[in-house]
Amino acid sequence: MNLFRRLTILVPYLWLLALFLLPFLIVFRISLSEPVLAMPPYAPQFDIGEGWAALRESLSQLSFANYVWLTEDALYRNAYFSSLRIALVSTFLTLLIGFPLAYGMARASEGLRPILLMLVILPFWTSFLIRVYAWIGILKPEGLLNQFLMSFGLIGEPLTILNTDTAVYIGIVYSYLPFMVLPIYATLEKMDYSLIEAAQDLGCTALGAFWKVTARLALPGVLAGCLLVFIPAVGEFVIPDLLGGSDTLMIGKTLWTEFFNNRDWPVASAVAIILLILLVVPIVLFQNAQARAQESGS
Amino acid sequence: MKSLGNVRRSFTPWADGSAKPYIAFENVTKRFGDFTAVDNLTMHVYEREFFSLLGPSGCGKTTLLRMLAGFEEPTSGDIFLDGQPLKGVPPHKRAVNMMFQSYALFPHLNVADNIAFGLRQEGMEKGAVAERVDQMLKLVKLEQFARRKPHQLSGGQRQRVALARSVAKRPKLLLLDEPLGALDKKLREETQFELMDLQEQLGLTFMIVTHDQEEAMTMSDRIAVMDAGTVVQTGTPGEIYEAPNTRYVADFIGNVNMFEGRITAVENGLAEMEASDGFGIRAVAQPGVDAGKHAWFAIRPEKVDVTRTKPEQDHNAVEGEVWDIAYLGGLTVFNVRLDSGAVIKATVLNSERAVEDPIGYEERVWLSFDPDCGILLER
Ligand SMILES: Nc1ncnc2c1ncn2[C@@H]1O[C@H](COP(=O)(O)OP(=O)(O)OP(=O)(O)O)[C@@H](O)[C@H]1O
Ligand SMILES: [Mg+2]
Repeated sequence: MNLFRRLTILVPYLWLLALFLLPFLIVFRISLSEPVLAMPPYAPQFDIGEGWAALRESLSQLSFANYVWLTEDALYRNAYFSSLRIALVSTFLTLLIGFPLAYGMARASEGLRPILLMLVILPFWTSFLIRVYAWIGILKPEGLLNQFLMSFGLIGEPLTILNTDTAVYIGIVYSYLPFMVLPIYATLEKMDYSLIEAAQDLGCTALGAFWKVTARLALPGVLAGCLLVFIPAVGEFVIPDLLGGSDTLMIGKTLWTEFFNNRDWPVASAVAIILLILLVVPIVLFQNAQARAQESGS
Repeated sequence: MKSLGNVRRSFTPWADGSAKPYIAFENVTKRFGDFTAVDNLTMHVYEREFFSLLGPSGCGKTTLLRMLAGFEEPTSGDIFLDGQPLKGVPPHKRAVNMMFQSYALFPHLNVADNIAFGLRQEGMEKGAVAERVDQMLKLVKLEQFARRKPHQLSGGQRQRVALARSVAKRPKLLLLDEPLGALDKKLREETQFELMDLQEQLGLTFMIVTHDQEEAMTMSDRIAVMDAGTVVQTGTPGEIYEAPNTRYVADFIGNVNMFEGRITAVENGLAEMEASDGFGIRAVAQPGVDAGKHAWFAIRPEKVDVTRTKPEQDHNAVEGEVWDIAYLGGLTVFNVRLDSGAVIKATVLNSERAVEDPIGYEERVWLSFDPDCGILLER
């Protein structure tokens, strides 16, 4: 094999090594340490200069105590579960809104499609943080939404949405909608519409043809969209922090508190590692399944 | 293989005034925006008929089929299937199956599942589905490909899957949009006969679009020749070939020589025409052919005789020079240039052609024909 090809293949591996594996190892190592009041705030420190014996001594001080601690305190378990639940529900809601949007875009006239695509991407021109802040203005008791509803007499007094889980759902669905719409749109757009006609011709109702053909062919896009929403949503920090209430428990917020408020880097690192494992394992399984499906000729 | 002759000969429901058409297009017009794809078309097709639509690209053949299948609604006019108006009936409620010109195979299903799709949809039980699928695979000779996905097939194989899928449900009416176009000659001919067999055994009605006039001739009970959204002529293959009603039809089906001229007299059922190529034509005068009218005389190349000596008759004979000779196995085609500059085709069966001293290039020859061998057309 020629050298150039080997080198090109090497680039992504180096990238992964530098930007994923090394940071992962550093965080993992911190998660095995103990918090101390120092800078950096964990022990032991490795110092090659002090020789082998000292290094071995330091290594022996590493322990999984932080992980044991995470399993013992219900707070962390609840935070993980609640994060997964919130991410799952928001992913579902995003799919519910995103699929019809993507379908409508894919069925729009050819001239209109680039404009619609542009509209979906447009929010990215504004900072994510600012957009989430804007929702505070909309959702707060005297905010736009409540004013609007009350001026039409639909509600008598302001709804409490801000600082509840509902606000978090709204925030996540709003922020991650493009990540759901785009992959689904991509699969639907290249679908041959005569397939639907063929299904109807062979005895399917319009709805049956939708399930058996459209939905089935959009499946890869739906799965990709769901992963793109679910994964960042699990670790989401900004949205629950700004829109959620004090009882909105999410692992991103817990991690933040451990790291910045408690300055307990080792526990924060352990929280991060477990989160990573929770997310990576299903992704790998999913990718394997997809590769197998591809092989059998999809 | 079936006995083509006797069964078919007695099958002429269109000639029977009391027969009820199975498919009836009544003054159907279909517009896309301000483009008229089908223009005030009336056409009747009878039960168990093998009916072909023939016409140039874009003349509205697919549009007609799509209106029958329920994917397009006529802009005006009505379509009846077995006496029932089709207006507003959704595609899945029509006892019609269509083979799509683009095949429209489901990419996520393998060949067998594609074929089984419609059968499962109607709730056929498992064993029967498997049996029918096997039968269909055999019909299109794809037994070894049952587990393949459409993208792993060649164009011709995909076309056969599409055909098998549309036939599988054995619909009372089957619409085939260029079902055999991608197949090689041998496979096409075999499939043609299989289809005719199936159609006759099961008593189905077939409406088929084809670009291949020979295919239309072989398979059809009747052919409709279309042009720009209208039917120009409907008739049996023999009628269309022997008695085209316009120059368009004569030209579209097979080869034809055309002589333009003015009718000078009509007597005893024979018309005299002065052809612009400088000779007199005497031909059978159909009703409507009158003296003084402008007309065209159409004659097939195989009806034109080629001789070295001048024939005895003083009409229906013209002299020219052999311009080109094409040897086609069973036949030889002579292209003869008249003194007027027109090039006339004449085919001679090689079994009848002189072996010794055959007519050669640049020889002066006489072309002649009988009065009942061609047809006078007014447009
Ligand atoms: N959905 C549509 N919108 C606009 N014009 C259309 C549409 N469908 C068909 N047409 C037009 O109607 C005319 C007839 O189309 P049709 O598909 O029936 O032709 P066809 O006879 O099947 O041609 P071919 O032999 O090339 O398949 C064409 O000029 C085509 O451009
Ligand atoms: Mg067509």
